Amino acid sequence: MHFSVIFRVTGTLLTFFSATFVPPMLVALYFQEQTLHTFSIALAVTLGVGLALWLPLRGDRELRGGDGFLITALFYLGLGVFGAIPFLLAPNLDLQLVDAVFESMSGLTTTGATVLVNLDDMPKSLLFYRQQLQWFGGMGIIVLAVAIFPMLGIGGMQLYRTESPGPVKDNKLTPRITETAKALWYIYVSLTVACALAYWAAGMSLFDAVSHSFATVAIGGFSTHDASIGYFNSALIESVASIFMVLSGINFGLHFLVWRRKNPLLYFADYEVRTYLLVLLFVSVTVITLLFNAPMDVESPLRKGIFQTISYATTTGFVTADVSGWPSSAAMLLLLAAFAGGCAGSTAGGIKLVRVLMIYLQGMREVRRLIHPNGVFPIKLGKTPVSDRLIESVWSFFSVYVLLFFLSVVLIMLVSELDFLTAFSSVGATLNNLGPGLGEVALNYAGLDASVKWVLMFNMMLGRLEIFTLLVLLTPAYWRR
Amino acid sequence: MKILILGAGQVGGTLAESLAQEAFDITLVDTDGERLHELAMRLDIQTVEGSASHPDVLRKAGADDADMLIAVTSSDEINMVACQVCYSLFRTPMKIARIRAAAYMEKEEFFHKNHMPIDRLINPEAVVTSQIHELLSHPGALDVADFADGRVQLVAMKAVHNGPLVGHALSFLREDMPSVDTRVAAIFRRGQSILPRGETVIEAEDEVFFIAAREHINRVMQELRKAEQAYKRITIAGGGNIGARLASEIENQYAVKVIELDPARAKTLADRLHNTVVIQGAATDRELLLEENIEQCDAFCALTNDDEVNVMASLMAKRLGCRQVITLITKPAYVDLVQGGEIDIAISPQQATTSSVLSHVRKGDVARVHSLRRGAAEAMEAIAHGDSSSSNVVGRKIQELKLPDGVTIGAIVRGEDVLIAHDDVIVETDDHVILFMVDKGKVAAVERLFQVSLNFV
Repeated sequence: MHFSVIFRVTGTLLTFFSATFVPPMLVALYFQEQTLHTFSIALAVTLGVGLALWLPLRGDRELRGGDGFLITALFYLGLGVFGAIPFLLAPNLDLQLVDAVFESMSGLTTTGATVLVNLDDMPKSLLFYRQQLQWFGGMGIIVLAVAIFPMLGIGGMQLYRTESPGPVKDNKLTPRITETAKALWYIYVSLTVACALAYWAAGMSLFDAVSHSFATVAIGGFSTHDASIGYFNSALIESVASIFMVLSGINFGLHFLVWRRKNPLLYFADYEVRTYLLVLLFVSVTVITLLFNAPMDVESPLRKGIFQTISYATTTGFVTADVSGWPSSAAMLLLLAAFAGGCAGSTAGGIKLVRVLMIYLQGMREVRRLIHPNGVFPIKLGKTPVSDRLIESVWSFFSVYVLLFFLSVVLIMLVSELDFLTAFSSVGATLNNLGPGLGEVALNYAGLDASVKWVLMFNMMLGRLEIFTLLVLLTPAYWRR
Repeated sequence: MKILILGAGQVGGTLAESLAQEAFDITLVDTDGERLHELAMRLDIQTVEGSASHPDVLRKAGADDADMLIAVTSSDEINMVACQVCYSLFRTPMKIARIRAAAYMEKEEFFHKNHMPIDRLINPEAVVTSQIHELLSHPGALDVADFADGRVQLVAMKAVHNGPLVGHALSFLREDMPSVDTRVAAIFRRGQSILPRGETVIEAEDEVFFIAAREHINRVMQELRKAEQAYKRITIAGGGNIGARLASEIENQYAVKVIELDPARAKTLADRLHNTVVIQGAATDRELLLEENIEQCDAFCALTNDDEVNVMASLMAKRLGCRQVITLITKPAYVDLVQGGEIDIAISPQQATTSSVLSHVRKGDVARVHSLRRGAAEAMEAIAHGDSSSSNVVGRKIQELKLPDGVTIGAIVRGEDVLIAHDDVIVETDDHVILFMVDKGKVAAVERLFQVSLNFV
């Protein structure tokens, strides 16, 4: 294993990551906040470490296929740790190390689970920094890095392979990875700008509009208010959020195709997107029905039902209502929808719909095989046949996902006194990069034990790195290769 | 007329045979000397051995003064190059080529003389497929042919006891369905043709040919046998070119199953077809057919490339209770053996190809030719030209035309209108006249009738 390469690349990325402390500094400057000092230290430390790792090892060997796994994982680890510096140093915040890293990791993995309370009274610059963490995490900092810093001189494809989510990975948009990353980045930025403008027009302040657009397009779920989107209590803002959450949950490759061909009908030609919209529709209708028939009184069930469904099913995690106060069937359905997640190639978390779809199609194939024992039934996504190798890897993914989920639940219940619902939902909310859970973690994770937080952080990384990227690193075979 | 045929395979051989019988000068080119020798022994044709697209071979075959080139080698590319060579070096006026790959058909202009100079494309597989498709949409029909872009159809069917018309004279048709106009073009009773007249009585087992506008066809068919239920379940044996093509054409209309022996081919088919159940196995496997509920199947199409397999599979399917079997048979000798027995319809791909070439070799202006009854009879769509002074048909009533014996006029298509040919209809110029000949020997006489006399310039 060539640690020099890994150090070099990590160094390079830390160096560039240090630049992301500049926008919050500007915000601090504008609002005249003390945090200016905090961010300056964070910048200096990150830049220093980055350069120290990078400069001595410049011009070393190229990256190889297998290195991508390690770099991707190191990336989230490294940035998670260095991204925690402002939370640790911010005046009057008094956070433990575990809480600071948790917040930073939750941001970078676009989970949106928070340990901070009294957001409304916090310095604007720190709030902005949280949102920005999600935004950078959203598309994967590596894709960004590949688009902006081709000077890294990396072959690139292997990184893209390990970074971009979803099972259909070899479906390249443009022949060169740098071009692809740029194209995706443009779409990501345009979507963010459109979202921010829409929020602004819908009545948010400019600061809130920009901040929330970051969290929306990244499918993160951080807010600048404790009450999340519910703070605004505006149907218009909720609609804007819903529309952009749905859009961000669609494969960005498809956005690129639609944009290139100038044909919005392509969305509906995509099998996964059709399923995605159907799932959203089905879950919304069911949740609304459950709410209307709930024994307790639920405030505006139609509006809240739709918003919460979209927020949970896309794994964003914005809230307008306390879901744990809803009938448990509705809450559980929402959590299940988060397991299915959004489309592959989007910023959404979860198992990804295309995988769920393939598992469903395989079930249907079994039924048809029983009817026609000699029949030949390939699995097709729309009209495209899918190779058995792909189905196999989807199954492996699914089984490992479920296995790790239950292992984590058991582990949390072992190390803490948490009840099953809290343990179950907190793992579900972090593994699926959703954010808010049920029970004690319905709004906030501050009250949990440190050990539980570490387990949840590991789950966030597992979810964001599509499990196998991280699992590979834990096998001795990888290090012996 | 001097015709050059490239490729002595199934299609080339049959074409050479049927064209040689009509007194054309045929030269056959192929790389297989033995096959050429065998054909030359049997037929009155000239043969040249060599690569069909090479200019020296073509020159040797007489391309310099050939009137027509028919390129039907097994390779699309050789066919195209041969047409290009004949166009550039020999100025051959009419070039017909068989092109099978759909990829070449993407842009029509491609086959223009500035690009790839081919005058007529033929694709026997497409023809056979559409013929089977027509048969499936007309349950009970033995043969269906389109004329005038499908506005008029000729249908052959066997009369059955329960048909309202059976046991009645033809004139009864008029009374029974006054709103529908049709004309019975021919009747074959025990293999012999009888001239249909108003007083002719239809018997069960008669093979009746009639012509009607497309929308009236089903109504007329009900006169000859009780309304057949439309087909729902179709089983196709053999997923080759024709089978796959047919399946993809009809899979959204019917519940389609394809039985294919080769596992790799079955996989490809399953990938390509989206609404079809692909079964891997032998079409002659009794257990497999039973497992797939063959007794519930409405039509069984045996379309493998092996005649014997097709016949055996069809017999088995019929015995096990399938309503109708359609069998693809390439060996002409087999067709007469099987049709009309347990196998309901035998389709010969050669006949389809011959039909599509024949319209181009006929003298006068002929839009379409359809061979019937294994090539013994023929239906033809001829276009009338000239005026009453220069033409033998224009300006005359149908009853005044000097038609040879055994030739009937079924319908006339004038612009968009379909006129069923009653005796008092007057033929106008540019009319498409649809004729039926019980005997192909009458073709020359009909051609002469439609030719415009020399003083017409």
